[in-house]
Amino acid sequence: MNCRIIKLSNYQIMGLTNEIIQQKLTEKFGEAVFTEWHQQFGLLTFTAPKDLNLKVLQFLHDDESLGFQFLTDICAVHYPERVGEEIAVVYHLHNLEKNIRLRFKVFTDAEKTEVFTATSLYSSANWMERETYDFFGVNFIGHPNLKRILNVDEMDYFPLRKQYPLEDQTRIDKDDEMFGR
Amino acid sequence: MRPVRFNIHPKEAKLTDSIMVAEAPEMYSGEGFMTAKFDKVIGLARKNSIWPLPFATSCCGIEFMATMGSHYDLARFGSERVGFSPRQCDLLMVMGTIAKKMGPVLRQVYLQMAEPRWVIAVGACASSGGIFDTYSVLQGIDQVIPVDVYVPGCPPRPEAIIDGVMRIQDLVHNESLRRRGSEKYKELMNSYGIE
Repeated sequence: MNCRIIKLSNYQIMGLTNEIIQQKLTEKFGEAVFTEWHQQFGLLTFTAPKDLNLKVLQFLHDDESLGFQFLTDICAVHYPERVGEEIAVVYHLHNLEKNIRLRFKVFTDAEKTEVFTATSLYSSANWMERETYDFFGVNFIGHPNLKRILNVDEMDYFPLRKQYPLEDQTRIDKDDEMFGR
Repeated sequence: MRPVRFNIHPKEAKLTDSIMVAEAPEMYSGEGFMTAKFDKVIGLARKNSIWPLPFATSCCGIEFMATMGSHYDLARFGSERVGFSPRQCDLLMVMGTIAKKMGPVLRQVYLQMAEPRWVIAVGACASSGGIFDTYSVLQGIDQVIPVDVYVPGCPPRPEAIIDGVMRIQDLVHNESLRRRGSEKYKELMNSYGIE
């Protein structure tokens, strides 16, 4: 309660800023582990190797000064130009007490997309990882029920990967030129 | 106070002005009896008491809510009692985007309806997939169930939905009693895989 009194110097009183988060992470895991630190609209973003994703998430969850105990979203992005690490799995974390958000990315290969599941730490990761699997084909190792959630069960491809077109390919009445395909 | 500009000569309301009486079918009548063709009488009764099942999925459902409201009032046409059980309804109104995952559900609802049944596809998404030409949207409900009337629009105005229902009423009125058992109808059902 006393942390909210002076709104302007919010961060000063409570003491958690992006710099402090970065400092704590590099202290715990080492400088070389994290790459691509940048801020977008004040949201700190960093990347870690995919084998460490659980350890980093656990540390961010358990540490008293960090306390990122709310998982906002897990999603994936397909970067076809990053050969060897095309699919990024992005975790959005939120510290509800101090209202600080964080974005954490792990990159994985397009052929063998395997990432450890965060369901043991966050229960909401269950459905979020199912959605990520459904659309990008990311195999979450250790997930209790990894099957399609939003698409038809019989679908045999992962639609949001960039090599697949958006349009339904079974239409025969739409002229390709007129509809820009 | 500002003087009234409109409606300064209000008309006396007459009952016959605002009630439309249904046209009686041609009949031969005599002392204490009248005879008419069976399917005309049944068609007349059915068309003015259609019980719709609103299968409202998205934005067109909101337009349907407006249609059922007092301003546009679908209840004037006899569709006062909307039911959500397919077993009790005549008209399946599919309003909104149907995803491919929803297709089998829609088909199941259609199969649970009893003959005679009609289907109206309201809006662009139900008719043809609408603007959503994607991997997840069913490109028209006529891929899974037979449709009688399509109402175009995104979303169609309540007047357009009412027009669609009036066309269904025409179909109901003029339908032959033998249609549901005929060969052609059976072929149509078979083409959808319905026995």
